[in-house]
Amino acid sequence: MIKIVKRDQPSRAIFFFTPVLAIFLTLVAGGLIFFILDFKPFEALKFFFIVPIADKYGFSELLLKATPLCLIAIGLSFCFKSNNWNIGAEGQLTFGAIVSGGVALLFYEQEGFYILPIVILAGAIGGMLYASIPAILKTYFNTNEILVSLMLVYVSKLILDYLVVGPWSNPEGFNFPETRQFSDSAKLPLLFEGLRIHAGIFLALAAVVISWFVFYKTYLGFQMKVSGFSLKTARYAGYKGKKMIILVFLISGACAGLAGVGEITGPIGQLHREISPDYGFTAIIVAFLGRLHPVGIIFASLVVAITYLGAETAQIFMQIPKYTGQVFQGMILFFLLASDYLLFFKIKFIGSKK
Amino acid sequence: MIIDINFIGLIIASIMASAVPLILASCGELITERSGVLNLGVEGMMIIGAISGFALMTVTGSLIIAVFGAMLAGVLISTIFAFLTQTLITNHVATGLALTIFGIGISAMIGKNFVGIPGKEFPVLFEGLKDTIPLLGPILFGHSIVFYFAFALPFITSYFLKKTKIGLIVRAVGDSPESASNQGINVKLVRYACILYGGAMSGLAGAYLSMIYTPQWIENMTGGRGWIALALVVFSTWNPIKILIGAMIFGGLTIIQFHMQAIGVRIPVQFLTALPYIVTIIVLVVISRDSRKIRLSTPSSLGKSFHKDN
Repeated sequence: MIKIVKRDQPSRAIFFFTPVLAIFLTLVAGGLIFFILDFKPFEALKFFFIVPIADKYGFSELLLKATPLCLIAIGLSFCFKSNNWNIGAEGQLTFGAIVSGGVALLFYEQEGFYILPIVILAGAIGGMLYASIPAILKTYFNTNEILVSLMLVYVSKLILDYLVVGPWSNPEGFNFPETRQFSDSAKLPLLFEGLRIHAGIFLALAAVVISWFVFYKTYLGFQMKVSGFSLKTARYAGYKGKKMIILVFLISGACAGLAGVGEITGPIGQLHREISPDYGFTAIIVAFLGRLHPVGIIFASLVVAITYLGAETAQIFMQIPKYTGQVFQGMILFFLLASDYLLFFKIKFIGSKK
Repeated sequence: MIIDINFIGLIIASIMASAVPLILASCGELITERSGVLNLGVEGMMIIGAISGFALMTVTGSLIIAVFGAMLAGVLISTIFAFLTQTLITNHVATGLALTIFGIGISAMIGKNFVGIPGKEFPVLFEGLKDTIPLLGPILFGHSIVFYFAFALPFITSYFLKKTKIGLIVRAVGDSPESASNQGINVKLVRYACILYGGAMSGLAGAYLSMIYTPQWIENMTGGRGWIALALVVFSTWNPIKILIGAMIFGGLTIIQFHMQAIGVRIPVQFLTALPYIVTIIVLVVISRDSRKIRLSTPSSLGKSFHKDN
């Protein structure tokens, strides 16, 4: 007989084990889906998860995709830890990219060491401004931040579309929906000859270190943790709830904005219609898979970045639609949430004696 | 200038048509939320309904199988959500997001072979009566059965919640799961049922889009309607009749875009497209500002897990 017993205390070992379990289950379920859809499951999984990172170029691409995911997820972990559901990071990324791209265009064909820092800062500010909308509406107008932040994603993409088609489009660009190329001084330097990985990765690493420090070494981190457990307790403790809500939104907006900067000032070097393949949404999964822990998020961003690369490779070699990546991402989150059950409950096998 | 009165009727009818998927999905989600469950997966369930309906219609050739198949697909996909949130007690918000991401992905995977295939004509009712009454003719007649069902649904939902015993149970479960449970009501069973019902309605909303409204399959064709449906539930303060009003406003915003462009109003098309989203935000702010009213009308246990220790 099987009996389910509630644990007295959530198990810490299982807390870090379940993400691994979730990834394993996702692979099994993914193989099954491939089988059902008539693709050779083992070959498909190989093209999905091994081939893309088998060489130096692939590894650079992996880091390139993991960088924005990690950066955004770090920012989101501030929100999620404190019970704020910012799911509009995609919009904050887009708006950050718009602002930094606009600034970069101001410096068109100009050179100077000071340009790049200004462009990066502009991106962070853009993301913060955009994130401040759901934050202010939540704190002062009691408005649901989930819906507001999500609606703003659509709005930001339309603003971007308007700009690259209309006023900001490249005058010599034959009406392609893109801006002029930024000057070299406004671009993040590439790290290796011939590879696309760029200095944006240092922004992500810096975010990891800073967030670790804030979470575990500061009073703010403690306040966030308490508010995450119980808003009532936080109120009794006299924490300034409103201030904290706005702060965590600003932090996550800044991170998403920086991710946007990385996307446009990295290998591409211009604004165009599709600057992000939904990094802002996928980062939500990364944040959970990484257990809202800075180091966990690094690993999670690498794992989830593979689903992006794998989807591209599998599409080229096996004509598997690229949306399979999203299916895997959704499944990882399903399995992760499901295996959380083991955190709070023990499954006991009891002998059939009466 | 003479404005053809039937033309106004046609515009109103087209606004109503674009409101249909919103009404269906919102009324479904309203029941789910009334039982205390927040399912953010509406967009995912809707798109799965859209591809299922279209695929079944193309493969089997039967519109009835397609419509009910789409609803069944919505039920099946929402079963994942129900199992996770009710049996495994996962977080509603995160699970709903996973459902949306998963749904968009899997619908595109299935839909790969259905891109570019023309849809079928869906039969309409009372076609002949359209020209009999000025203005009202085009509004009342010549629509699909789903259209009529959608406009009856808010009233049925309202009656169900207010006047029937099961409706009372659903409300009790949403407002106070503990006392409902003490009364011998199986809280989880009720919530399961409400989640699956929400899935069926979202599935139907999706099928309406891909089979009737724009009869074809396009990746991501729901385009955020699932999220607007969620916002409409808040807008309605969980009152099904108000969903009707909200859905008409949003339908109107969608239709106005086309007409503004046709008249040649010099507003960037992106601004008009963004209008429904911006209006949603403004409306949410106006509604939510009165925090007392929101607190009174929100199902008290919304989004909170319920677990009874044996």
